[in-house]
Amino acid sequence: MSHYDRHNPQPRKLIRFLGGIWPLTRARPLAALAITALLLVISAALLADVVATHDPLVQDVSQRLKPPGAEHYFGTDGFGRDIFSRVVHGARVSLLVGFAAVVMAAVPGISIGALSAYWGGKPDLLIQRIIDVLLGFPILVLALIMAVALGPSTIAVAIAIALALAPQIARLARASVLSIKGDTYVEAARAVGASSFRIIWRHLLPNSFPPVLAQVTGYFGAAVVAETALSFIGLGVPPPFPSWGRMLQEGARQYFEAAPWATIFPGLALSVTVLSSALLGDEVRDWLDRKRAVAIEPRSRE
Amino acid sequence: MAGQGVEAALKLNEMYRYIAWRLALIVPTVLAASTVIFLVMRVLPGDITLVISGDVAVNPEVRETLREELGLNDSLHIQYGRWLWSMVNGEFGGRSLESQEAIGSMIGRQLPVTLLLTGYTILLSIVVSVPLGLLAATWKDRWPDRLVRVATLGGLALPHLWIALLVLLGLLLLFRWSPPIIYDAPWTDPWSHLQVMAWPTLILAWEYSSHLVRVTRSSALESFNQAYVTTARSKGLPGYVVVLRHVLPNALIPSVTMVGLQIGMLISGALILETIFGLPGIGRGLVRAAISRDYPVIQTLATLLVVLSLVVNLVVDMLYRVIDPRVSYSVDAGH
Repeated sequence: MSHYDRHNPQPRKLIRFLGGIWPLTRARPLAALAITALLLVISAALLADVVATHDPLVQDVSQRLKPPGAEHYFGTDGFGRDIFSRVVHGARVSLLVGFAAVVMAAVPGISIGALSAYWGGKPDLLIQRIIDVLLGFPILVLALIMAVALGPSTIAVAIAIALALAPQIARLARASVLSIKGDTYVEAARAVGASSFRIIWRHLLPNSFPPVLAQVTGYFGAAVVAETALSFIGLGVPPPFPSWGRMLQEGARQYFEAAPWATIFPGLALSVTVLSSALLGDEVRDWLDRKRAVAIEPRSRE
Repeated sequence: MAGQGVEAALKLNEMYRYIAWRLALIVPTVLAASTVIFLVMRVLPGDITLVISGDVAVNPEVRETLREELGLNDSLHIQYGRWLWSMVNGEFGGRSLESQEAIGSMIGRQLPVTLLLTGYTILLSIVVSVPLGLLAATWKDRWPDRLVRVATLGGLALPHLWIALLVLLGLLLLFRWSPPIIYDAPWTDPWSHLQVMAWPTLILAWEYSSHLVRVTRSSALESFNQAYVTTARSKGLPGYVVVLRHVLPNALIPSVTMVGLQIGMLISGALILETIFGLPGIGRGLVRAAISRDYPVIQTLATLLVVLSLVVNLVVDMLYRVIDPRVSYSVDAGH
């Protein structure tokens, strides 16, 4: 790597990143597998127009209920629509809703959790009691009443799921900030007169973020499942957009026995996505734990 | 000896006080939760009558009568007060907009189904997960452990929605069998009840017990390293006695806590599985009401599910204190 300009670290960073792939694959095969699967699903979603072999919305009665084959990889449904293309386009809707929901849950969740921990005292108590109440709601029940109230639209589904996830993230972020609030560098920052905003933004958030991030990765899977569940029961993404949940519902309701592939493939795509995101979350948490153990070890031996 | 008796009586007294305190604490939580539900249902959607009448153009007079009938012309706090009072006097929010059935009788019909489904799931999960967790911990990194870990990963990450559809599909295509369409209570037709409930219970328990197995395994592993287990071993006690007498009681505690922590997941799962398997429980009732925008029913059933999850948590908390005598009943430490 010596022929790279030492003052321009960019290419070295790229090389280091690419060079890190193989060791990662050997050391953590599950993480590599999960990342590969997620990347596949995400790129299929992004490149849906290129990857899809048919128009996901076009009906062709002559092609009704065809089993999987060379022409239709995943077969066709009761309207003669190509299921492979619908799964690929459904990935776009389902992943987008999941991603939007997690971001919309994480931003207020982390801010409220961090502020609550930072303020402490009465404001903290009040915020935590409100979060207690929201945590008493089963996730799907909260998402369901939100979906009813907001009406059927893609963005409403994402908001409904975000509101159901936000209290959990807030609780996590609070615990995480509380655990480092008394650390020396925070005291030091306060001693030199740093503003509250600066302490939270520059010290508390960056240092409490990793464990929260690991959980949030897992929540992505939960959000996608929630979207599927809402769409399955008829409160999710409205037609004509194919989402995995709606495809499962149509498959199960209309041609369950006649076309099992209409139920199997959307669910398979969903499971691969959720399983990889859960695995990745686990691996990230594991890795962070180990990193922290290494960081703490020398100190505790003194 | 007399001193011990007094101490036990004091402890019992403390326990009752603690239970009373926890019960009292549930009231404000339920009130707050019902306020959230009420506000979400009343404030967000704008004019309910428009939502109820849907796409059909209705003349303003009809809508006005509907508003009057639903009491929507009163101010919000009066509406909320009226709804709360109806929860106390047994009307449970009045009647369904769709079927005109009294919500009270609806709950009477649906609640047992949901209670049985979640009850079966919790019991089955505990019965299965404690031995599996201990097995995995005892044979750590050997094949029983690997097997258990793969099975729990599947249980945690595979969406039960899809598993349920696959099970139904498999039973239909391979055995030409599907569960009975009509639900029977266990006291009228136990065999038919078992046929209806078996699969949803198994699918829910797979996910639920996966949480429990993981916790049991890791806390059993932890207690293997504790001094009391080493002591028990060095006394020459056989391995199974060490596991049953010393590891098990300590591994049980976090597993019981997990039952409470995951109850929300279980209720969400019951909602979906009741819908797929056509079980006439609260979950399916809520889903149906949500689709037909049956506001009074949604409000009451959603509140009921929140209460259910709070009550299970309370019971778990009590159990936890029975199993672990070290936990104090002091009112301040209670929450």
